[in-house]
Amino acid sequence: MPRPMTITEKILAAHAGADEVEPGQLIECSLDIVLANDVTAPIAIKEFRKIGVKRVWDRERVALVPDHYTPNKDILSAEQAKMVRDFAREQGITHYYEIGCMGVEHALLPEQGVVGPGDVIIGADSHTCTYGALGAFSTGVGSTDAAVGMATGEAWFKVPQSLKFVVNGELGPWVCGKDIILHIIGMIGVDGALYQSMEFTGSTISALGMDDRLTICNMAIEAGGKSGIIAVDDVTREYVRGRAEREWTEYFSDPDAVYARVYEIDASAIEPTVAFPHLPSNTRPAREACDVWVDQVVIGSCTNGRMEDMRIAAEVLRGRKVHERVRLIVIPATQEVFRACMHEGLTDVFLDAGAAVSTPTCGPCLGGHMGILAAGERAVATTNRNFVGRMGDPTSEVYLSSPAVAAATAVAGHIALPDDLSA
Amino acid sequence: MKFTGTAHRYGRDIDTDVIIPARYLNTSDPAELAKHCLEDLDAGFVGKVQAGDILVAEENFGCGSSREHAPISIKAAGVSVVIAKSFARIFYRNSINTGLPIMEAPDAVDGIRDGDKVSVDADTGTITNETTGQVWQAQALPPFVREIVEAGGLIERTKARLVC
Repeated sequence: MPRPMTITEKILAAHAGADEVEPGQLIECSLDIVLANDVTAPIAIKEFRKIGVKRVWDRERVALVPDHYTPNKDILSAEQAKMVRDFAREQGITHYYEIGCMGVEHALLPEQGVVGPGDVIIGADSHTCTYGALGAFSTGVGSTDAAVGMATGEAWFKVPQSLKFVVNGELGPWVCGKDIILHIIGMIGVDGALYQSMEFTGSTISALGMDDRLTICNMAIEAGGKSGIIAVDDVTREYVRGRAEREWTEYFSDPDAVYARVYEIDASAIEPTVAFPHLPSNTRPAREACDVWVDQVVIGSCTNGRMEDMRIAAEVLRGRKVHERVRLIVIPATQEVFRACMHEGLTDVFLDAGAAVSTPTCGPCLGGHMGILAAGERAVATTNRNFVGRMGDPTSEVYLSSPAVAAATAVAGHIALPDDLSA
Repeated sequence: MKFTGTAHRYGRDIDTDVIIPARYLNTSDPAELAKHCLEDLDAGFVGKVQAGDILVAEENFGCGSSREHAPISIKAAGVSVVIAKSFARIFYRNSINTGLPIMEAPDAVDGIRDGDKVSVDADTGTITNETTGQVWQAQALPPFVREIVEAGGLIERTKARLVC
């Protein structure tokens, strides 16, 4: 019998061709998907050429998503996007997403069924950890790792220790996946899970829909985590059925699997949470932040640009107006989300409120384009990072929150809860 | 490999957004990236760093984005080696893969002040503060990682494996 293992260890063992692996062990794994975007793919392509192979290992297993500086922000960005496009055509990459089909990569790949349960995925983007929500091992790497992955279909890993976060109980009003993960990062710090896998479980997690689960795993990297993961259940199966383009495999942690640490969290104690500048771990209850006035609110990104996020934002904004001193930018993360917003009438809600609604892009999240902050300006954003200069000028500030708090803030002009707003 | 240079010392959680802000990620040209290295943390860094100088920082150096532009800009700015109490994992991988020497040495970080002259023997892991005379031993790289470094980076290692 192999040693008792966590889901993460089982997935890695299966992809390393081993019966068992243990934390600390260095292994070479076969990959199911290798991802890069318009910022990281250009370096990956240059490195790929240096290896001397002519073709990628499998043209159906490489995903190239030009989402960061697209639609092209400037001439240099256009050159980078062109380099990715030319490479995709040359190699016959099936998962290349042109503008018009493109979405923010970590919203797009799960939605399109490109990634699924049991996969091992590397992506040259730190938020690649998102796909752990589907019960996959998925981790961010640099461009050189992606280049070697594209050439060989393999990558080396140190098997991570696992941390278990058991979240039980009922969430309060307006509390969602974003608040859970901000709460956890606030609790353990930005290096609290360094080199480790974060496994999320418990009755609260089981009760969450897929969009909230993707948000939670998306921000594992903000605690330094190598990956985040949630075991497959009926919610996962319902999500991947009809989407997954390959057979999938379900793995579950053994009851006696070893964890470096287990955290028990009472969901009813989690409040709508805001991360103050300049670290995602700098969290406070949103109700204590009502004196923070803002210039801009951004609702979107790979963290919170999915349909459920749009619905919550619209619920708060319906029949209300954005504060006269605030710019609200809403960015549905994919074309499918964009279209669903129109069909459900949410786009009208956003426009009636006075929001700008954008085509999918990472844009403002990383200070790329589509909503850059001037010196001293403040934004509340449903994004994932609030580092110095993240959304623009180094003296600007970003406060991270859920879509509910972000929408309420856009109306109030200062950080607010939906229940603070007058009817 | 041996390096000697002036230490530039910073705090903890130095993220990749301050190492190379995203507004410069519309290029991957090392010389261009070098011009903006650490700009949002210390606007004077690029003006004072000399070839061979050593970057010293506390915990979790390189946290945040996976941009390989971060180690590329540090290397192109002239930094010979980064010594930190710990590194964020993607930055750690990227440095190994791209040939930027890095060392985990918490005691050395505590014993080096900004402006000290420091020498590093990357082969033995010995770090010497030439200003104070103190000597430390960095944690050795795992053998598999050393294999990548000795091959000249991940691309060279892959090339050797695929072509022969």
